[in-house]
Amino acid sequence: MTRVVVNLPQRARRGEIIEIRTLAGHAMETGFRRTQLGELVPRDIITRFTCSYNGVEVFSAELHPAVAANPLIAFSTVATESGTLEFRWTGDNGYVATHTASIAVD
Amino acid sequence: MLLALACSARAEIPLAERRSGYADMSPQTRAMQDDDAINPATLWVLDGEALWMRKAGAAGLACADCHRNARESMKGAAARHPAFDASTGTILNLEGRINRCRTERQQEKPLAYESRELLALTAFVARQSRGLPIDVESSARTRPLLEAGRAAFRRRQGQLDLACAHCHDERAGKRLAGTLIPQGHPTAYPVYRLEWQAVGSLHRRLRNCLVGIRAEPHALGAREYIELELYLMWRARGMPLEAPGVRP
Amino acid sequence: MTTRRQFLVLAGGTLAGTAAQAQLPANIEALRKAALAEAVRKVTGGAQVRAGRVKLDVPPLIDNGNTVPVSVEVESPMTAIDHVKAIHVFTEKNPQPYVMTARLGPRAGRARVSTRARIADTGKVLAIAQMSDGSFWSDSVNVVVTLSACLEDGLI
Repeated sequence: MTRVVVNLPQRARRGEIIEIRTLAGHAMETGFRRTQLGELVPRDIITRFTCSYNGVEVFSAELHPAVAANPLIAFSTVATESGTLEFRWTGDNGYVATHTASIAVD
Repeated sequence: MLLALACSARAEIPLAERRSGYADMSPQTRAMQDDDAINPATLWVLDGEALWMRKAGAAGLACADCHRNARESMKGAAARHPAFDASTGTILNLEGRINRCRTERQQEKPLAYESRELLALTAFVARQSRGLPIDVESSARTRPLLEAGRAAFRRRQGQLDLACAHCHDERAGKRLAGTLIPQGHPTAYPVYRLEWQAVGSLHRRLRNCLVGIRAEPHALGAREYIELELYLMWRARGMPLEAPGVRP
Repeated sequence: MTTRRQFLVLAGGTLAGTAAQAQLPANIEALRKAALAEAVRKVTGGAQVRAGRVKLDVPPLIDNGNTVPVSVEVESPMTAIDHVKAIHVFTEKNPQPYVMTARLGPRAGRARVSTRARIADTGKVLAIAQMSDGSFWSDSVNVVVTLSACLEDGLI
């Protein structure tokens, strides 16, 4: 499932610090759990998140199994110019999720 | 000691003393519920919205084709369910109602209980009633089922020989193994339960309870759960729906 | 220190369940402390880590260890010459010490990140900020983790 939720203002003043909150639908299987029969459930997590602003990476995060399921990543960035923010989540087993948002900066 | 545990014949928790599990949570968990941007259940709500728009079944109909804008057409629906269904002469909960539409109108197979799709649709539909007072029908035609639910709530069962009422009426507010015992109102369902790390239905939660008191759990969607659900919603009448909520 | 879950499995004398629960080594606490120290050393290269400038916000009493809101804020002007390069979050008692590493820079505007962590047991959560001048600052919080009373699977 590659559902994501991204929350940020649609417009901002130049130089304003904007808050961005993201949610990604992912079980974040730790690799430490065992089934009732004792078998280890293999790790399957999101490992990396990046945010690019008009092509420039402005934030990234490395995630480990200790991040809770359906990870929340909230951070800030300076509204420098109008344009596009691209969000990308990648992880185990070829997981990829992306989201694009526009921002108008006056 | 046995006498002390005997289920008293007293009435339910006085209406004014009812308390949603929301009030017992930490400020951080409450914030998680209050803000759709950080409520994990939003992921399911958005999936549900997509399903609402998707054509399905031999009839090639989407929910939206008949029900249009869910924000208007579904307003109040979750607050009224389980509801009496005249065509079958019994009560249907929200999941049952959705599945009836799927089979009768869309001519599609019903969605399995606790499947991602059914949870998503239920979360989306229930979301449209957020803030509304719970208001299930208590009339001549629902009363026998309501009474069956109430009897189930008060019946001792399982290896631990406990009735729901022992914990959730008589000892709500006290602690069980460090955890605060809630009154058990279904105000937030389907709920993102931190313990599950996923959205789940009331029936899933009821199964947890039965497993917890070491009683035989019923199958999800079982009549016993629906009667109990009707009683629990009636017991919570007037309380605002918080769906989809967050609970520990 | 055994968690309550471990105690119940060991004391309850088991069924199929116990074979599933790998017995943890007796010195698990020491092993995990060492793993945390090693993880911190990997991040800092052995440089001194000073307490201060970092504010780690974790609820002291947790509703459920599966999903614990964690917020880190670092005092910094976030200019090109003076900013936070990275924020690292660790736990003391988890099977592995890392939680998340956030990479920032002057474009962040503010050095604050939030996420939700899994915290297996009562113990320390640690946040380390890596500054553009090569210095490291930290904050830690001790959290208490309780278990849900009525679990779905597991013990029976």
